[in-house]
Amino acid sequence: MTPTFWDEYFELLPREDMEKIQLNRLKKVLIRAYHSLPYYRKKLEDAGVNVYDIRSLEDLRYLPFTTKDDLRRAYPFGAIAEPMRNIVRIHSSSGTTGTATVVGYTRKDIDTWAELMARTLCGCGVTAEDVIQVAFGYGLFTGGLGVHYGAEKLGATVVPMSTGNTLRQIQIMRDFGVSVLCCTPSYALYLAEVARENGVDWGKTKLRLGIFGAEPWSEEMRAEIERNLPIRACDIYGLSEVIGPGVAFECEARCGLHISEDHFLPEVIDPQTGKVLPPGEVGELVFTTLTKEGAPVIRYRTGDLSALMYEPCSCGRTLVRMKRVASRTDDMLIIRGVNVYPSQIESVLLSFDGVEPHYQIVVRRENYLDLLEVQVEVAPQFFSDEVKVLERLKKQIEERLKAELNVHCEVKLLEPKSLARSEGKARRVVDLRKKEGMA
Amino acid sequence: MKQISVFLENKPGSLYAVLRKLKEWNVNLRALSLADTAEFGVLRFIVEHPEDLVARLKEEHFAATLTEVLAVGVEDRPGGLCDVVEVLTKAGISIEYLYAFVSPKGDRAYVVLRVEDLETAKKILEEKGIPVIERLAL
Repeated sequence: MTPTFWDEYFELLPREDMEKIQLNRLKKVLIRAYHSLPYYRKKLEDAGVNVYDIRSLEDLRYLPFTTKDDLRRAYPFGAIAEPMRNIVRIHSSSGTTGTATVVGYTRKDIDTWAELMARTLCGCGVTAEDVIQVAFGYGLFTGGLGVHYGAEKLGATVVPMSTGNTLRQIQIMRDFGVSVLCCTPSYALYLAEVARENGVDWGKTKLRLGIFGAEPWSEEMRAEIERNLPIRACDIYGLSEVIGPGVAFECEARCGLHISEDHFLPEVIDPQTGKVLPPGEVGELVFTTLTKEGAPVIRYRTGDLSALMYEPCSCGRTLVRMKRVASRTDDMLIIRGVNVYPSQIESVLLSFDGVEPHYQIVVRRENYLDLLEVQVEVAPQFFSDEVKVLERLKKQIEERLKAELNVHCEVKLLEPKSLARSEGKARRVVDLRKKEGMA
Repeated sequence: MKQISVFLENKPGSLYAVLRKLKEWNVNLRALSLADTAEFGVLRFIVEHPEDLVARLKEEHFAATLTEVLAVGVEDRPGGLCDVVEVLTKAGISIEYLYAFVSPKGDRAYVVLRVEDLETAKKILEEKGIPVIERLAL
């Protein structure tokens, strides 16, 4: 297949030229951040850095990092660099009040995002002839609308399905001649399973390509998807704090994801020391947004582990490639595309009198769907002789967790002292998906 | 009468763990029932000195609790239990759970009942000539 480029100029730009553009944009965004983002201005002042002194891309390493906690503390609008009248859209990362991060987009940001998402889809092989079913959630989550605008910009026919109702998803795919499916990789597998149970003949559909993201997935899972659906499966990468989907995409060479580095300047650092690592070494991925107006971030620590590869790609693009993200530096779990931190679960559990602060989170994958089980010890003083009281407690915890996490979880009541106590850090999370092909 | 209840996880060995302790402490079970749900089980039993035992179980980190229940003796004949339940039903008292056992002498059966309104139930049963037992001495 001859590669087609959405934006030949930037996708094939020689490194020296790219770096010139990056430096130029970096200087501007730093000055904007200094003047419009109080939280970052304080960091700069504390670090004694003058943004007007930045003369090269190398100098970036002297700048302080931005963390998810910084953005949380800025809730709701403290990380927005523009007056609200210039903000045309708000998205928010999963999590509820207090723990969510909020991103504001100006009209220009929305245009840039659509442009980058069109570049992403084009890089994955989507054309204007395609009918693309967007089965990412529409709403505060960036997935649905992010892909939607990009696909429209590209000229594809968009079917905005959002999530859920799998049988209907399958029917629409068949009836509307959908050729591209866009969702989380685990949902793709689940959909394939439902289709098989219902005797769907994929030969009678036009499906040919899958665009998957919003959760880490492995090569094994890709193979599994390609075995179960008549598609080529492409990986895309993005995060709401940086823009949403559209940060990086996989070309047909499948050797890492090309970062749209004319807009997002990547670094890989040692997560312990914060030192910048040389190309090829695995560490924490850090992004600086070069063009964003609404909510720029400087050296945002993603928590995703990856490596940068500057060698030329066989597709011809000069855009740096990042290794596909297989794991994270922190304890964040991604459950069916939703970010879940064990600390959120802990705070819900501790708000119940009858529950001990001893718990374990078990993540499994059944029928290709992530299942979250929270095991809690019943406190002796709360234990009731009546089964219905215990069942009510279990249900109440489940409901509160669902409200907090936006994802269903199963609560299992355990005997006191049945979870192993450890001297040091308790092993709170058991992720069994890793054994089942999830990296 | 006081009954001890112990929370049990649905996993092999959890019942054994409690019973082993009772054996170790030389505790004789007077009556016993094991309720289960899809998620967990509740072991309920009657012993001689429930207050002491529940404290010891808690020390061993069992989720154990004391519950006030009614024990009544019924005639060991067809309809014996029915008569007791009839009295409670007519009084509008609902039963959470019950378990029964027959005395070794074979003339009487004993029913352990958990009801919402214990005092009323006790009064009504006694009025109808059904003896409520305070201690199970078999």
